[in-house]
Amino acid sequence: MDKELDFAVEVEDLTVAYDAKPVLWDVDLLIPRGKILAIVGPNGAGKTTLIKAMLGLLKPVSGSVRFADGDIHSRSVKNSIGYVPQSGSVDWDFPSTVLDVVLMGCYGKLGWIRRPRKEDMELAKQTLTKVSMLDYANRQISQLSGGQQQRVFLARALAQEADIYFMDEPFKGVDAKTELAIVALLRELRAQGKTVVVVHHDLQTVAEYFDWVTLINLRVVASGPVEEVFNEENLQKAYKSKHALLKSVV
Amino acid sequence: MNSFIALFSDYTFQVVALGSALLGMISGVLGSFAVLRKQSLLGDGVSHAALPGVVMAFVLLGSKNTEVLLLGALVSGLMATLFILSIVKHTRIKFDSALALVMSVFFGLGLVLLTYVQKMPNSNQAGLNRFIFGQASTLLQRDLMLMLITGAVLLTLVLLFWKEFKLFTFDSDFAQSLGFSPVTLNLLLSAMIVLSIIIGLQTVGVILMSAMLITPAVAARQWTNKLWVMVTLSAFFGAISGVAGTAASSLIPRLPTGPAIVVCVSVIVIISVLFAPGRGVLHRMYQRRKNKMEYNLKGGAPDVTAN
Repeated sequence: MDKELDFAVEVEDLTVAYDAKPVLWDVDLLIPRGKILAIVGPNGAGKTTLIKAMLGLLKPVSGSVRFADGDIHSRSVKNSIGYVPQSGSVDWDFPSTVLDVVLMGCYGKLGWIRRPRKEDMELAKQTLTKVSMLDYANRQISQLSGGQQQRVFLARALAQEADIYFMDEPFKGVDAKTELAIVALLRELRAQGKTVVVVHHDLQTVAEYFDWVTLINLRVVASGPVEEVFNEENLQKAYKSKHALLKSVV
Repeated sequence: MNSFIALFSDYTFQVVALGSALLGMISGVLGSFAVLRKQSLLGDGVSHAALPGVVMAFVLLGSKNTEVLLLGALVSGLMATLFILSIVKHTRIKFDSALALVMSVFFGLGLVLLTYVQKMPNSNQAGLNRFIFGQASTLLQRDLMLMLITGAVLLTLVLLFWKEFKLFTFDSDFAQSLGFSPVTLNLLLSAMIVLSIIIGLQTVGVILMSAMLITPAVAARQWTNKLWVMVTLSAFFGAISGVAGTAASSLIPRLPTGPAIVVCVSVIVIISVLFAPGRGVLHRMYQRRKNKMEYNLKGGAPDVTAN
């Protein structure tokens, strides 16, 4: 592995369990700065768990997650992180407008009690423009389609103005046009030197969209630059499959 | 008309109506968060579970002061909540079963204790059963002060932590990723909801109190898509029901105040569920019919290629 690379996150010996059942075993992982990284693996492989453990939302049984600026629980690290949860994780019938939800991205920098100011409002509108949702700013969130919900969550994460983004299946339920728009956005973030970690499902697009890939199935099967580790052998290991998982593209 | 004027200038009526209005307002505000967090039933559990606490406080401390009895209610309400949450955490019993279990055990215990205490030879225990259905007419000015202070504290906290409560209620994982501890927020909000239940027990009683928490919020949700409008409207619905219920029970002989208030707020929720624009049942029926007629006229599905 290239020693010159600079790492944004270092995961060491991470084990996470729900009740007594481990869902992630002894994970070691380095996330390179300024790259777009995919976390890929079969259903139940622990992809979401890995992201949540890195974000400090789940308490690991053992192991550690280190960010360049320190521990996840420090305020400065929290403020340098953006998070796009799965859109199905919230109740979209909550009484709120699109702009309201995007403004939540600014809450971290505001801290306790302080209210959003005019600048935050401007920022939220800018990020809505980036995901082509400004026209929907005053729309009630229960009226959004699945793809629009994804874009609202993306805009909220952009409003965090983070250095490293964690996105849990941002392409789920979006149409082809929105998918391309999101990819363009990820590339724009990379061009600004930001790191993007994405839980991804579509094996056929991994090589096209991502620089790095981490294949997991309870343990890390392989992690590295796409051209080095994203091959049929590693995929079959991760998916425990004897069939070819990739079309001839790779 | 004259009886109305006489009523509103009556001192007892003023105290009771003001108390009921305050109670309706406070439970309306906090009930909104309980409903949005899908914890409507927890309020029911807490209020039923408060009964043994009331009786125990009387037995142990020998006092019939409202503050003392409500303190007992608070302790047993919190204990029940703790039991429910730890049953869910440590066993495979689901939330609704745990709630029903703890609620009926506590309420049953409360009834047993109450019957026992009422058979005791001194007559001092009379009036404890007012906590079952509530007895608003026993509200005194000092009870009013207690409600006023508690209400002011609760409303100030809601205003202060508005942004945090909203974020936490909508997306607690995201709140945590931003550094707002969901444990702290959950504890604070739950304690506030429990407190708003406890101060209503004397007026409405343990059985009907959850209606005061949930009903105004459900009605308010029908009319708006904005959180602050929902909370304000819910407070308004609660307060207006408090006054209307008190007036009704003063004008109609032998109509108990607590249940009258609950009936008023139920009328509001029925109207809201049926007639609110957008979310109301009638509006949705009308919309469906209109769509159907339009498609029939055009002869086919609407033109989706247009946008």
